[in-house]
This record gives sequence, C-alpha cells and structure tokens, in this order.
Amino acid sequence: MSELQLRFQIQIQIHMKKWPLWEVFVRSKNGLEHRHFGSLHAADADMALENARDVYTRRNEGVSIWVVESKNITASNPEHNGEMFEPAQDKVYRHPTFYDLPDEVKHM
Amino acid sequence: MSPERKATIMSEEQINNLEKQFEERIARDEKIEPKDWMPEKYRKTHIRQMSQHAHSEIVGMLPEGNWITRAPSLRRKVALLAKVQDEAGHGLYLYSATETLGISRDEMYEQLHTGKAKYSSIFNYPTITWADMGAIGWLVDGAAIINQVPLCNTSYGPYARAMIRVCKEESFHQRQGFEIMLKLSNGTPEQKEMAQDALNRWWWPALMMLGPTDAESVHTEQSMKWKLKRKSNDDLRQQFIDQTVPQADILGLTIPDPDLKWNEERGSYDFGEINWDEFWQVVKGHGPCNKERMKARVGAWERGEWVRDAAMAYAEKSQERKKKQVV
Ligand SMILES: [Fe+2]
Ligand SMILES: [Fe+2]
Repeated sequence: MSELQLRFQIQIQIHMKKWPLWEVFVRSKNGLEHRHFGSLHAADADMALENARDVYTRRNEGVSIWVVESKNITASNPEHNGEMFEPAQDKVYRHPTFYDLPDEVKHM
Repeated sequence: MSPERKATIMSEEQINNLEKQFEERIARDEKIEPKDWMPEKYRKTHIRQMSQHAHSEIVGMLPEGNWITRAPSLRRKVALLAKVQDEAGHGLYLYSATETLGISRDEMYEQLHTGKAKYSSIFNYPTITWADMGAIGWLVDGAAIINQVPLCNTSYGPYARAMIRVCKEESFHQRQGFEIMLKLSNGTPEQKEMAQDALNRWWWPALMMLGPTDAESVHTEQSMKWKLKRKSNDDLRQQFIDQTVPQADILGLTIPDPDLKWNEERGSYDFGEINWDEFWQVVKGHGPCNKERMKARVGAWERGEWVRDAAMAYAEKSQERKKKQVV
C-alpha cells in the first residue's frame, strides 16, 4: 500500500469515527460535591470541558466541572439490586434507634 | 443484555408480571432510570417524544436566527442571541437524555434530516418582521412553557431532569418577547401595527402548538399513565388562552378571533374554531417554510462535517503524541 493510500485509509477511518460521549459533573459552589448534570459529545477532553461550560453552566451554575468519557464508567445493574443492596436491609443495628437507652440520657 | 433479547427468552407471563410491576412503580411516583427494565413500548414512545422535542428546540433556532444580525439595538441583539443559544442548549439536554434510551445522536439526526422524525410545526412559519421576535417569545415560548412544565414530573428520570433545566430558562424567553411587543405597542402607529400584524399571524399557530383536540389525540391515555401528559391538549389550550388574553389587553392589541369572549359560567374564555386542516397540512410538510428549514438544517450539518472530522483527527493525533512521550 502506498503512503497516499494508507493516508486515505486513515482518513476514512477518522471520518467514520464519531465524537465520543462524555458525562458531565458540576460543582455548583464550593462546599458542595460535583453532581451529574448530563452528557455531551466532544472530540477530546478539552473540548468536552468547553462544551460542558457552554451547555450546562450558561448562568453561573458551576464553579468546577469534571468530564469523563462515558465508556469509562462502570455502573451497577439495577437487575441485581437484590444481591447488591438488600444485605443492608436486615442490619438494623447500624442505626442509632436500634439501641435501648433510658429516657434520662440526653444529647445522645 | 438488551431488553429485546431478554424479552425473547422470557415467558409471556414473566413479561406481564414485569409490566405490572413497572406500571405500579410509576403510579407510586417512582422514577424510571436508564438501566431499569422497561417495556419496549415505553422505550419507543419516549425515544419518539423526546427526540421530537429535541428536534423542535434545534429547528426552533432557525426562525429567530433570521433576525440576530438585524436586531434593532445591541440590547435586543444580546438578548436574542442568548435566547437562541438557550434553545441550542435545550436541544442538547434533550438529545443526551434520549441517548440514554439506546439510540445514538447520529440516528436521531438522520431521522430528522430524512423527514422520518417530526418537529413542532410552529417553526415552519416565516419570521418576516422584527415584531415576530416579540410574538414568538411571548406566544410560542409561552405555549411551550405550558406544554413543558408538567413534564418536569414525568416518569422517565433523565427527561424530567432535562425539563427542569429547560423550564428554568424559558421564563426569560417569554419575558424578552413580551417586552419587544410592549415596546412596539407603545411606539409609533406603524410599530403598533407591526405588533398587531405579528399577533394576527402567530395566534392561531400558537394555539395549535398545544396539539390536536382531545377527540383526535391518539396517545393520551397511555401518555397520562406514564406522566408524559398530565392534562389534555384542550385543557392546556384553555389554560394558555385564559392567561394570554389579559396580556394582550395590557399590550392594547386585539386577538384575531371574533368569537373570543369571556364565559362567566365557565370562568374561562370561549374561542373560535381552529383550522385543523392547516395544522395537518403543515405537519405533513406543506407549511410555508418546511423545505427551507430542512435545507438550512441539513446544510449546516453537512458544511460542518470537515470541522467535526478535523477535531477528531486532532484529538487522535494528540493522544498518539501523548502515548509516545510516555514511552
Ligand atoms: Fe426551548
Ligand atoms: Fe424558549
């Protein structure tokens, strides 16, 4: 394959490639955590940050933005919510109300 | 596993069971999130409605974009620019919310560009004077707000969250439109006439934005169950008319409906017959600007292709370079 052909092939591959999806997290003010705001498409992380600013913070909704490519997020499967979360349900002793204390005890 | 594949290996009884549980969750006001099991019909209906909604925001930029360079003052220009940019944002919130249902952005664009997907008919009317910017903000965004507010509580989480953001931004749109109308109405006789003319042309199409009459609306019952709808089209239309008529009075403009009059008994305005033939004609693609709008949209997409490709090529090159530096 000539260099020109090779370049053309690469061009086609690039052409087929779509801008990937990014998830956007915004801290609305210091003291609060970053919260998921939505997603967007961008060619790279820098562009994702700029687009996130324009799409999600046009009215001072944020002081800090995180972007992460969606494919890098591992999510739990809601169909397995049973195995995943039910074990916590019968552990009442993890809550303060489980413990019997006389009424005279204050501030506890 | 995709929901379709799963459906093929589940018995009918299992599916019925799941569907029953699903409907009960919605009835309890629980939200449905992207990875939850959902009936195929729910997924499809949401993809259709949400993508249509996104397309409307995007195509909706075109009639107003027409006036950005010709706004009469800098104040009006920055406001209109900001409004149109918001509409782009609304489209993007909604596209990304729709993507969570398993359709890609490119598929949605394809459906819009080939005419397979619809967008709100109102955007197929022309914007021929500056007063149209006022009438659109006041009436079109006004009717959109009435349609959208109930959706902040809809059952599909990503849609509801997108709508909350959209609704927060809409009120500026309507107020800037009303302010334009107010200025013109209090201006020279020619300016007032221009405002009246815009109201004459946008009033009926705005009423049509609330959708076909209840008798002709096919999806209502299912949509009510899934909270895609909270009130019927006719109720929403009545609400729009009742709140807008007093605003027209403030402007000193006349609503172009000889049958419009206050009904003491109902505590609402009676109004004249809507020309539904016109509505269906525009929906079917025979409105004054359907072709122009699609040409502008598809043209922008195609002319932007080299930019999208260049950005991707640059991103990949920088990645390569970074990798080499590490080695
Ligand atoms: Fe909008
Ligand atoms: Fe708007």
